[in-house]
Amino acid sequence: MSNAEATHPIIPPQQSYADVTDQLAGIPLHFPTRRIWLIALFASSLLLGLLFVSAVVLFSEGVGIWGLNIPVNWAFAIHNYVWWLGIGHAGTLISALLLLLGREWRNSLNRFAETMTLFAVVCAGIYPILHLGRPWFVYWMFPYPATMQVWPQFRSPLEWDIWAVLTYLTVSIVFWYIGLVPDLAAARDRARRRGWQIFFGVLSLGWRGSALHWMRWNQAYRLLAALAVPLVVSVHSEVSLLFAAGTIPGWHSTIFPPYFVMGAAFSGFAVVAMIAIALRALFSLHNLVTVDHLDLLGKVLLATGLMTAYGYVFEIFDALYSGGAHEFQTLKDRFTGDYWWSYWGAVVFNFVVLQALWWRGIRRTPWMLFAIATSVAIGMWLERYMILVTSLYRDFLVSSWGFYRATFWDWAVYAGTIGLFFFPFLLIIRLLPVISIFETKEVLHEEHEDIRHA
Amino acid sequence: MPEAFGLLAEFETPEALVEAARETRAKGYRNLDAFTPFPVPELYSVLRLRDDRVLWLGLFGGIFGFAVALGMQLFTNFDYPINVGGRPLYALSAFAVVAFELTVLFAALFPAIGMLALNGLPRLHHPIFSARAFARASRDRFFLCVLADDEQFDARETERFLRTLGSASVELVRS
Repeated sequence: MSNAEATHPIIPPQQSYADVTDQLAGIPLHFPTRRIWLIALFASSLLLGLLFVSAVVLFSEGVGIWGLNIPVNWAFAIHNYVWWLGIGHAGTLISALLLLLGREWRNSLNRFAETMTLFAVVCAGIYPILHLGRPWFVYWMFPYPATMQVWPQFRSPLEWDIWAVLTYLTVSIVFWYIGLVPDLAAARDRARRRGWQIFFGVLSLGWRGSALHWMRWNQAYRLLAALAVPLVVSVHSEVSLLFAAGTIPGWHSTIFPPYFVMGAAFSGFAVVAMIAIALRALFSLHNLVTVDHLDLLGKVLLATGLMTAYGYVFEIFDALYSGGAHEFQTLKDRFTGDYWWSYWGAVVFNFVVLQALWWRGIRRTPWMLFAIATSVAIGMWLERYMILVTSLYRDFLVSSWGFYRATFWDWAVYAGTIGLFFFPFLLIIRLLPVISIFETKEVLHEEHEDIRHA
Repeated sequence: MPEAFGLLAEFETPEALVEAARETRAKGYRNLDAFTPFPVPELYSVLRLRDDRVLWLGLFGGIFGFAVALGMQLFTNFDYPINVGGRPLYALSAFAVVAFELTVLFAALFPAIGMLALNGLPRLHHPIFSARAFARASRDRFFLCVLADDEQFDARETERFLRTLGSASVELVRS
């Protein structure tokens, strides 16, 4: 802990361990704000219903109900896949990277950030399956001894994709659950009603906080964190290879892996900030998710945003330096082509609005940070759209020039995945401790020590 | 099994617990355990806890995952060779992504599952849960337990000693 942090405790240190435990374990046990939660759950279940309807229509009619066609044959399906997956990455980064770096402020944010990761990855993961056209053949992606005696093509980025995403989902679930077990035990010990005792009793696996158990837990948790950080980088680099491994102008660039990873972190931190602001208002968590946390999130958002902006600059440089006529044409298409609004929209929503975060007062005003984070989520959505469509709609030959417009069913599936994200997320914040209890107590312990030493 | 599981002493701060653990060990007790609401790393050295098996499992998991991934990709291309524009069949650079992913997958799964297994979890019940004060071990109290199978354990003598350490309560836990 640096001196600045020591003199400025991130969490008000006058709280006791008991206060924190009872407050956080009490959220699922004595749930406040039932009305707002029910309204949100109802709204997201409508969206989830829309997803089911869209999927049924899609599977019976085929992907022709979407607007994609040659030449823009990868449209909303991969666009939203990349967007959702990118959002998910920030949850892992905030939890794992900041754990390894010893930034304790992450302890108020990691639980819901990781929960966000899980469901964002699920939303991303269903897109390729929906996009298959024949989703019942999804198992062809796995190497099983088929009667046709063929194997998957391991030299294709599309095959890499399923291994990367499934690994990422599995490791995210394990990391999330291992971190959750001690808190489930705390909730179990607070529960008074039989149902809750059984629910938390079974889920907490009999955790009792023995010193030897904590030691092994710590080893496993830090090891998982150390694996999760390169995993995030590898997964989104691999996603960018879906693009960069092809020769399409505007995609075939070495900047793509870092550009995608930074953009993923950027959009994800924006959504983490939005969720943090919403949850602290909903559950009155101002004592644990403080304005100092929002200040730090604002700074991280600004930093990752500027790194993403570097990707934009380098893309222009790349096109000019390559000397390729089609690269240059794609650049011009982005600036002034039919989809100019997606390029300039991305620039404005991502980077122009972002500059407000240079001001401390704005970072520390929840609704302003929320508005800027929303702008970033929209901007990054436009960016993924721009990268896809502006490259595909005019490639090398005039014969393969075309136009793309999203149809009603494109939008319906996209809106449906928002329901697929929020519905389980709302259930989790209803049923489980939404902020890590024992890690918050660790921070308090350190703050108490600092005060004693000072 | 002896009738008692051990003696459980309750402390109000982690520092008091660490100090008490140190004195209990100095007194000659060896079979100790501590229960805390969050990890207290100072306890590991005081209680002489050493176990690196979780970390080794991570290493073995990684090696296992890497070998499986590479073997799988080499074998499928050997078993059903597809010539794609004359590119090499055994393309290590193309195999790198799946090899990396499976390395990470098993390097994560082995220690995660191994940690639970070494800790004897999941477990539906444990004698310590019958202790009156123990519900606070996940809240705000820090416990030291002298296990009954310790050579020096004597229900009355040990209890008297634990009370001298500034504990908030001392309780006999039945097995």
